[in-house]
Amino acid sequence: MSVQERIEHKLRETLRPSELEVVNESGMHNVPPGSESHFKVTVVADTFEGLNLVARHRKVYTALAEELAGPIHALAIHAYTPQEWEAVGRLAPASPPCRGGDKQAAS
Amino acid sequence: MDVLERIREQVENNPVIIYMKGTPQMPMCGFSARAAAALQQTGQPFAYVNVLTDREIFENLPRFANWPTFPQIYIDGELIGGCDITLELLEKGELQKMVTEAVEKAKAKDDPAQP
Repeated sequence: MSVQERIEHKLRETLRPSELEVVNESGMHNVPPGSESHFKVTVVADTFEGLNLVARHRKVYTALAEELAGPIHALAIHAYTPQEWEAVGRLAPASPPCRGGDKQAAS
Repeated sequence: MDVLERIREQVENNPVIIYMKGTPQMPMCGFSARAAAALQQTGQPFAYVNVLTDREIFENLPRFANWPTFPQIYIDGELIGGCDITLELLEKGELQKMVTEAVEKAKAKDDPAQP
C-alpha cells in the first residue's frame, strides 16, 4: 500500500469522514520524483463537532502517528465539520510553495 | 538546562513565539513563511526560534506539546497550532485578538503599576 493509501485508510477508519481528500504535494518540494513525503489532508467529519482546531489536528496526528514518525515529512491539515465545510464553499486553502528548508534540516 | 525546560521558559516568557524553519525575514519553509507572515500582520511584536539552527530544539519540540510538525505557534504559553490553524485564526479575525491580549497581559505583568 502506498503512503497515500495508508493515510486515506487510517483516516477513514478512525474519523469516519463524510469527505476526505489526501493530496500528495511532494512534487512541490525538494525531493526525488515519486516521493511520498509532503501531503495535504482535507477532512470533513462529525467527530470534529465541538472540538477546537488543536484538538482536531491532534486526532489526525494520532491516527497517522506511525506515518509521521516515518515517511511523512509535512502534513497540511484542513479539518471541518460538515456545516463548516458548506460554509467555506467546500474548498480548502492551497498549500504554500517550498522554501528549501527540508534540505537544510536533513543535512 | 534540560531542553524541555528551556522550551518551557521560552514559551512562558514570550507572549507570542513561533518555532519555525528559518527566520521571519528569511523563512526556509513555505508553512513557516506563512505562519510568520500571519503574526507580522497582527502588528504586534513576537519572538521566534529558528529550529534549523538549534538541533536540540528541532529534535525535542515535537514531544514538548505532543505536536509532530513545524512551525509551532504559542500564544500566552499555549500551543495554538501550526500554519493551517494560525491562518484560519487570522482569517476569522481571532489571531489579532489573541496576540494583542497576550502582549497586553505580558506588559501588565512587567509593569504592575499599570492596571
